[in-house]
Amino acid sequence: MEQPRSAPPLGTLLDDARDRDWYIDQFFRLLMFLCGISAVVFVLGIFIFVFKEGSGFIIQQMDWAEFFLSPKWRPTSAIRATYGTLAMVAGTAAVTLIAMAVALPLSFAAAIFIAEFARGRMREWLKVIIELLAAIPSVVWGFIGLMLINPLLIDTFDVPIGLNVLNAGLILGLMAAPIITSIAEDALKAVPDTYREAAEALGASKWQVVYKVVLPAAKNGLLSAALLGIGRAFGETMAVLMASGHALTIPSSPFDSIRALTATIAAELGETPVGSDHYQALFAIGIFLFTITFLINMSADFIVRGIKNQ
Amino acid sequence: MSNQSTAHHNEEPKSPLSHSSAAVVLSTTSTISTADALPASAEREEAQATVKVAVRDLSIHYGTTTALSGVSLDIAANEIFAIIGPANSGKSSFLQAINRMDLLRHNMSVSGSVLFNGIDTRSWRNVYALRRKIGVVFPLPVGLPLSIYDNVALAPRLRGIKKPSLLDEIVERSLRRAALWDEVKDRLQALGSLLSGGQQQRLTIARALSQDPEVLMLDEFSIAVDPVTTMRIEDVLKELKQQMTIILVTNLVQQANRLAERTAFFLNGECVEVGETEALFEGQVQDQRTLDYLQGRFG
Ligand SMILES: Nc1ncnc2c1ncn2[C@@H]1O[C@H](COP(=O)(O)OP(=O)(O)OP(=O)(O)O)[C@@H](O)[C@H]1O
Ligand SMILES: [Mg+2]
Repeated sequence: MEQPRSAPPLGTLLDDARDRDWYIDQFFRLLMFLCGISAVVFVLGIFIFVFKEGSGFIIQQMDWAEFFLSPKWRPTSAIRATYGTLAMVAGTAAVTLIAMAVALPLSFAAAIFIAEFARGRMREWLKVIIELLAAIPSVVWGFIGLMLINPLLIDTFDVPIGLNVLNAGLILGLMAAPIITSIAEDALKAVPDTYREAAEALGASKWQVVYKVVLPAAKNGLLSAALLGIGRAFGETMAVLMASGHALTIPSSPFDSIRALTATIAAELGETPVGSDHYQALFAIGIFLFTITFLINMSADFIVRGIKNQ
Repeated sequence: MSNQSTAHHNEEPKSPLSHSSAAVVLSTTSTISTADALPASAEREEAQATVKVAVRDLSIHYGTTTALSGVSLDIAANEIFAIIGPANSGKSSFLQAINRMDLLRHNMSVSGSVLFNGIDTRSWRNVYALRRKIGVVFPLPVGLPLSIYDNVALAPRLRGIKKPSLLDEIVERSLRRAALWDEVKDRLQALGSLLSGGQQQRLTIARALSQDPEVLMLDEFSIAVDPVTTMRIEDVLKELKQQMTIILVTNLVQQANRLAERTAFFLNGECVEVGETEALFEGQVQDQRTLDYLQGRFG
């Protein structure tokens, strides 16, 4: 696009001068780069720290078969210490399962109501309430599990103890629900109104519009919401510690007490000498958790990407 | 945008309109075939028997803004009825009032009445059933995020049709009627949004036809469509006229001239006049503003 112009050389120089906007642009570029890099550095740093603490145990002591297949977690046994996580994995999985069974229907229904049916004031209020619920600290949820749901379960189902899979699952489900709701609502809101109008013009009822058009169009966002909820329930510590009963068993019914992976780390780490086998084994659990969460997030990413490329 | 304006330029009236002074004289003598203007009472009754949509004193407000004020007109069965007028004249609002889309817009209020087959649309208890009788094509093609097949099969499915062979038949028939079948028959499972703009607009027409509507309403359908495709769709509309009533909102006055038996001119929410399209384009207008608009001497 160069045009032969008889402009003075000074003029051409000025055209290419590095002006203030250019410097500002460069500055912000650098700043953004540093921010982005520091996030990666922090994550990497944490990973290296956890891995360093646990790697010695994993490489030298750990019996892989025992770690994954034995339900016996006896790190302090004087005769022979065993480090099996199967019971904790099963317990965590059971709690997460119940949490999702509670949270997903609840939060998707709430999201659909808020995004598609509620109007004006009602909608604003509901959104505020959801935000408030999301802000309740997990220790408060744990307290609710301990003081409210525990006696409730004992009375209703006539069981000796109400601190169990069901209790922890309920608590985690209620805890994850507001977050899933607000992400799912965003996903529904992102569906263009023209879709709704086109469907309504075809004679679709409000509900038909939702399940024939809006939900399929929002499936990506809804899926990420669900996976984020699973991640949240899986990684939660304080509330499960308080509501699950913290007993080392492979659950066979919702009324069995269990012990979660996260809760084990939280409960035991403070009492183990730094660098001991027990201490390192706890970090090995940490690495295990890290890997699972990573896999959940990765698969979410892949699923979403797969759907996009379709 | 540019597409639209060039299209408008191309459409400079082929036959020069008669002088406006003559038009004023003519307008007093011309018979304009609204129901009231028909001479013999027998003919009038016949005309009323075939009125598909009767609009009486229709006004539309959005909050405090008036989009349409006191419009009364009749749309006969199996005619193409065009509505022309500049932006913001209330054309789209008029269409929305007919299939009761005002229910979706909390700030839109409608007064007056719309009689569909002689029955006030507001006395319909099931608006969904009413909307199924009225196909709508929007200015920009709204391809739902579904396959071509599912886009067209949506309306029948909403009505509870599940039988695959029947759905196949409806999809094929609708796509054929919209002159799209040959182009998409080999990729019915592809996403509708992968089609070209003109194909997408024909897809939305096929979708509107899949419910076998009694009335087809098109709102400036050619905004995002090239002239060749526009002509193809226009041919489709001429065919469809045999089976349904077509209300065509357009900002291309020559499109109204090519297609419509009668044309209404809307301006600032007012229906300035309704007349035989041919007569209007010959200059037999009742209002000078109509002629100004038709001749492109506006704003
Ligand atoms: N949803 C809405 N909320 C508020 N005002 C609206 C809404 N829709 C339309 N209006 C107003 O109603 C008036 C008529 O709009 P309408 O869309 O019916 O015009 P139109 O003739 O279809 O215009 P165009 O040719 O640009 O499509 C305008 O003044 C517009 O601003
Ligand atoms: Mg419009």
